[in-house]
Amino acid sequence: MSGLFDNFWVMLVVKLGAVVTVVMVLALVIIYAELKISAHMQSRIGPYYAGGRWGWAQPLADAFKFLQKEDLTPADADRPVFKAAPMVMLAGSFAVLVILPFSPNLIAQDLDLGIFYVLAASSVGTLGVLMAGWASANKYSLMGGLRAAAQLIAYELPLVLAVVGVVIQAGTLSMVGIVEAQAQPVFHIGSVGIQLPYLFQGQVIGFLIFMVAALAELSRTPFDLPIAESELVMGYLTEYSGIRFTMFFLGEYVGIFAMSSIAATLFLGGYHVPGLDADVFGPVVLVAKAMLLVFLIIWFRWTFPRVREDQLQGFAWRWLVPLSLANIAVTAVLKVAL
Amino acid sequence: MTTDPRMLMHHSDVAVSVELETPDMTLNLGPQHPSTHGVLRLVARVDGERIEEVEPVVGYMHRGYEKLAEVRTYPQITALVNRIDWVSGFANEVAFIVAAERLMGIEAPERAQFIRLILTEMFRISNHLVFMSSYPLELGAATPLMYALRERERVLDLIEGVTGGRFHPNFNRIGGVKPAAGGGSNQKNVVQDLPAGFLSETRDAMEKVLQVCDDMVDLVLGNEIFVVRTKGVGVIPPDRALAHGVSGPNLRASGVDFDLRKVDDYLPYDRFEFDVPLGENGDCFDRYLVRLEEVRQATGIVLQAIDSIPSGSLRAKVPRVIKVPKGECYVRAENPKGEMGYHIVSEGGRGPYRLKIRSASFSNLSVLPWLLEGVLVPDIIAILGSLDFVLGDVDR
Repeated sequence: MSGLFDNFWVMLVVKLGAVVTVVMVLALVIIYAELKISAHMQSRIGPYYAGGRWGWAQPLADAFKFLQKEDLTPADADRPVFKAAPMVMLAGSFAVLVILPFSPNLIAQDLDLGIFYVLAASSVGTLGVLMAGWASANKYSLMGGLRAAAQLIAYELPLVLAVVGVVIQAGTLSMVGIVEAQAQPVFHIGSVGIQLPYLFQGQVIGFLIFMVAALAELSRTPFDLPIAESELVMGYLTEYSGIRFTMFFLGEYVGIFAMSSIAATLFLGGYHVPGLDADVFGPVVLVAKAMLLVFLIIWFRWTFPRVREDQLQGFAWRWLVPLSLANIAVTAVLKVAL
Repeated sequence: MTTDPRMLMHHSDVAVSVELETPDMTLNLGPQHPSTHGVLRLVARVDGERIEEVEPVVGYMHRGYEKLAEVRTYPQITALVNRIDWVSGFANEVAFIVAAERLMGIEAPERAQFIRLILTEMFRISNHLVFMSSYPLELGAATPLMYALRERERVLDLIEGVTGGRFHPNFNRIGGVKPAAGGGSNQKNVVQDLPAGFLSETRDAMEKVLQVCDDMVDLVLGNEIFVVRTKGVGVIPPDRALAHGVSGPNLRASGVDFDLRKVDDYLPYDRFEFDVPLGENGDCFDRYLVRLEEVRQATGIVLQAIDSIPSGSLRAKVPRVIKVPKGECYVRAENPKGEMGYHIVSEGGRGPYRLKIRSASFSNLSVLPWLLEGVLVPDIIAILGSLDFVLGDVDR
């Protein structure tokens, strides 16, 4: 038995399977949270009947309903691309989770270039969106897909630059390394070492830029222009139905969880909380921190209107990029000076 | 320039060395589209995200009311006209009934006029609350919708209590209003014309409406993104607005002080104190602000009216069979969406020989091709929504 689990490939499959299962469940939890939270923000009740109590099974019911629907492909669509697009999107969202440390040992694969890999993998999802928009043979889809591409290019830069500040402070690109660096005491009061996440070590601006850019990467309100249902019907999703629509939908929520937990890892100390054994409580701590950010994202969604395309670009290039460059400069100077 | 969508979508056969040209794309918004308020169709020629030309195509909602009216009797027509602009049903009836009354030479009793006025203002509140809630939704903010519609429901409940209907009250009668349920047409129970508790419930509801107005100021007008999306967008200069016959809040947002409630006498508005809110720039933001102010003023009018409502009969003496003497009459009213006018031509029969309906939304919409030239695609929706039209009112 132990021989089987020593095999690298078997372990890889087991780890990936575990990550996928856990994250699928978390995505459903986030969908449910969005239904309920938005309902209470709007003085509604939200799901109520499905599952017998609190409507807890509503996301499951929705998913199964979508699965029963016919999987339509438009006659003019570029069929292979059209069918592959949702998978690319979903794969992109999941790929990020490979290097997400739930605890010092509970990680699918700790890469030395961890954070670099995250940023690369997180843009794969947008490729799926662009494919969907292009292949649908629908003008609304095309505009949605192109908007997504423009948005990605504009916001990828501040996202990367915001992370650089953390990387400079931690001195490593490894996700586990970044968390462990935040577990080091910053200063001592008497004999008690005070540990602070990077958010409280001067990376406030970095954190804000990262969250704004992450919202744009995820196409969430106020940056939901690729979907923009009042303008583009449903954007790149217009022609999708059935299981492929479900995959996009799931991909979006997996992406939300992935981005939130990366932000939690980089800026909020990840699985580490002073005084708790990370090996035991790590996963709970990380998910709790990520859910805090997920709540923030949901809150934005139900509060803000949508920005316009030119305003979106202007905000990225005029504000976020210079700000994040300044953040890097200040962080680097302080790192050397202190 | 090709218009075949497939030619526009697939450029794979274009040699790379050839200088790339970007052909215009024809984007067809509607008649089925999430935010065209019904079946408006816009054929837009777009260069990327920028609009080069827009042609509105109307008529999908044409129900032929003007023709139908020629084969209906006057009491039957009230049921038709309150479906023209279905968001403010009662307000549509008033001008038509007043026109018919003027031709017959009768005037509704004061109490009936006050009830008409109260209900008109309630429908104005209801209409503007729909606008105030749905407009942020078109810009992508979903939550204000629920807050404003929740309070609108209180107003609709009051309307339902008086008239029995929420949207299409059909409550006006020639010479007055419909006697209360149970009162019968012999008007013996005139005391029961307004339901018990109406006055106190109205005060409560108006308070809630004012409160939701304050909420909207915080939640919508105070929102940075809403401001940048609407300020300076869709500017209608005053002369342009007048040239196109724009009326109502859209006209006043451009700074033109013209309100039929002040200049005409179809209802006794001269007995109440209220301001006519004006905008300065004529942009989408001002159109929102003006409507929000109008709701506040309308609550003031309703409160004044229920305080000073006279007692008396609900209906003047009218013959059993209503026949309108030969003649012509045009009466216009300040509907929530703008100027609503009815031109009745009577040949002395039980129905009009010809009825011309001047509806606000049609004229308001006529400014659209000029307004949308050169804007971005997201601004189409912002501008379209800010004009607050209803397709039933455009096509009739």
